[in-house]
Amino acid sequence: MRQKNWYLTIGLVLTACMLAFTALGLFWTPYAPSAMSAPDREAPPSAAHLFGCDAYGRDVLSRTLEGAASTLTIALAVLAVGAVFGLMIGALCGYYGGAADALVMRLCDAVAAFPSVLLAMVVLAVTGPGRYNVIGALGVLFIPSFARLVRGEFLKYRDRDFVRSARLMGVGGLRVIFVHILPNTWPTLLSGLTIGFNNAVLSEASMSYLGIGVSPSEPSLGYLLSDAQSYLFTLPWYTAFPAAVAVLLILGVGMVGEGLRTRMGAAS
Amino acid sequence: MADPIVHIGHLSSWYGRGRNRKQVLRDVSLDLAPGEALGVVGESGSGKSTLAKCVLGLVTDITGTLEVNSPRPQMVFQDPYGSLNPAKTVGWILEEPLRATGVKNRRERKKRVADFLPLVGLEEEHLGRKPAQLSGGQRQRVAIAAALIQGSKLIVLDEPVSALDVTLQAQILELLADLKERLGLSYLFISHDLAVVYQLCARVAVMTGGEIVEAGDVDEIYDHPKHPYTKKLLEASLALD
Repeated sequence: MRQKNWYLTIGLVLTACMLAFTALGLFWTPYAPSAMSAPDREAPPSAAHLFGCDAYGRDVLSRTLEGAASTLTIALAVLAVGAVFGLMIGALCGYYGGAADALVMRLCDAVAAFPSVLLAMVVLAVTGPGRYNVIGALGVLFIPSFARLVRGEFLKYRDRDFVRSARLMGVGGLRVIFVHILPNTWPTLLSGLTIGFNNAVLSEASMSYLGIGVSPSEPSLGYLLSDAQSYLFTLPWYTAFPAAVAVLLILGVGMVGEGLRTRMGAAS
Repeated sequence: MADPIVHIGHLSSWYGRGRNRKQVLRDVSLDLAPGEALGVVGESGSGKSTLAKCVLGLVTDITGTLEVNSPRPQMVFQDPYGSLNPAKTVGWILEEPLRATGVKNRRERKKRVADFLPLVGLEEEHLGRKPAQLSGGQRQRVAIAAALIQGSKLIVLDEPVSALDVTLQAQILELLADLKERLGLSYLFISHDLAVVYQLCARVAVMTGGEIVEAGDVDEIYDHPKHPYTKKLLEASLALD
C-alpha cells in the first residue's frame, strides 16, 4: 500500500478553505469594502472588525475578501487564456511537428525570454491599466510555458503504438490528439496548471503592487499590499491579513501540485 | 493459386532524404495467398519491419510493385503495454475501431464488441477495466480483437508473442491459428524467432540486409537450411530453446 500523500491531502484542504474564503468575497462582505468610517480609523482587530481597519476606517476583512475575489478571478482568467491557447498550440505542434512547429516554438522562446511581468508592464503602459488589460497581457505571456509543456507530452505520445494503431484504424488527426492522447496528459497538465495558477496570482499581485494592475476601485490583494506598505509599522494588520491570504492560497495550490507529482511518480 | 492478397514484386524502399537517404529493402518479391500465414524472419535491421510498414502503406519512398488487395490492413504490435491506450477502458478501445468505420449507433457497437469477446477468449467483465488492470496475455488478446473487429482480412503480426512468456506464447499462437481458420484471415508474421514462426506459418521468407535470402516451405527450411544466414538464425533459435 502506498504511503499517505500528505501534500495532496493538506493542499486540498487548504485550497478548499481559501477558495471558500475567496468565493465568499464575491457575494458578501461584512462592510462595504470602500466605506470609510471616521471613528474606526486605525482600529486594531476586534470583534466588530476581525482584521482591523485601515487609516480611513475601512474594514480590512471586507477589503481582503474583495481583493482575494478580484485576484482569484484575474488569476483564473489568465490561466484560462494561457492554458487554452497553450494547449491548442502545444498539441498541434507536438503532434504534427515539422517547420510550423519549429517556427511557433522559436516564437514562444522569444516571448518567454522576457520576464513576464516586465513585458506585461510594457503592454499595460500602452493599453492603460484595468482588469481586462491585465488578463489579456498576462494571459498571452502564459501561453508559451503551457505550449511547451503540452508539446513535450504530445512528442512523447505521438510515436506510441496505440497512436499508430489508431491511425491505422482510420481515426482522424484531431480525434487522435484530443480523444486518444489528451486524456493521457492530464496528470502532467494538472500539475502544470497549479504552477501556472500560482504564477498568475503572483504576477497579478506584483503588477498591482507596482501600481500598473487593477484600478483602485476594484482592489486586488497586490493593490492592498501596495496601499498597506505605508502603514507597515503603524497598522501591521493591514499588511498581515491580505499577505497571509495570498500566501495560504499559493501554498495550498502549490502543495496540491506537489502532491499530484508525487502521486504520478508513484503510479508510473 | 487464387489471386494473392498481397503481391510484392521487385520492391525496393528507402528511408531518409538527400544524402541521408538509405536503402532498406532491395528487390524484394513475395506473394501472400488468401488464408495463408507467411513468416518473415530476420534480425533487427534486416528490413522485415520496413516490409511490414510498406504493406500497411506507411512507407511511401518505394519502387517496384506493391499490391494489397484488402482494405485497411491492421497490425498487432509486439508490446501489448504500448499498443493499448492506458487512459481508456477495454470496452472503449474495442469500440473505437467501429467508431472509426462509422458505426454511429452505440448499442450496435456494444453488441458487436460483446459478440467478438468469446472469439479472443475475453469476458464481459474485462470491458470496464483499463489495460493496466489486465495481464500481458489478456492485453494481447485485446490488441488482437481491436485489430480484427473492423473486419480486416489482412493482419500484420509484428512479433506478437515476443514480449510474452513461453506458456502465454503458445496460447496466443493457438488463438491466432484458430482465428485464421474461423475468420479466413491472412497473416504476415514478422519475427526474429524461427521456432515461433514454425508453429504458425506454412511458408517463411528469411531476410537479411534488406533482401530475401531464402524462402519456401517452413519444414523444408527448418530441416534443410541452404543459406548460411538461415543456418545461423536456426542455431540461435534452437539454442534459446
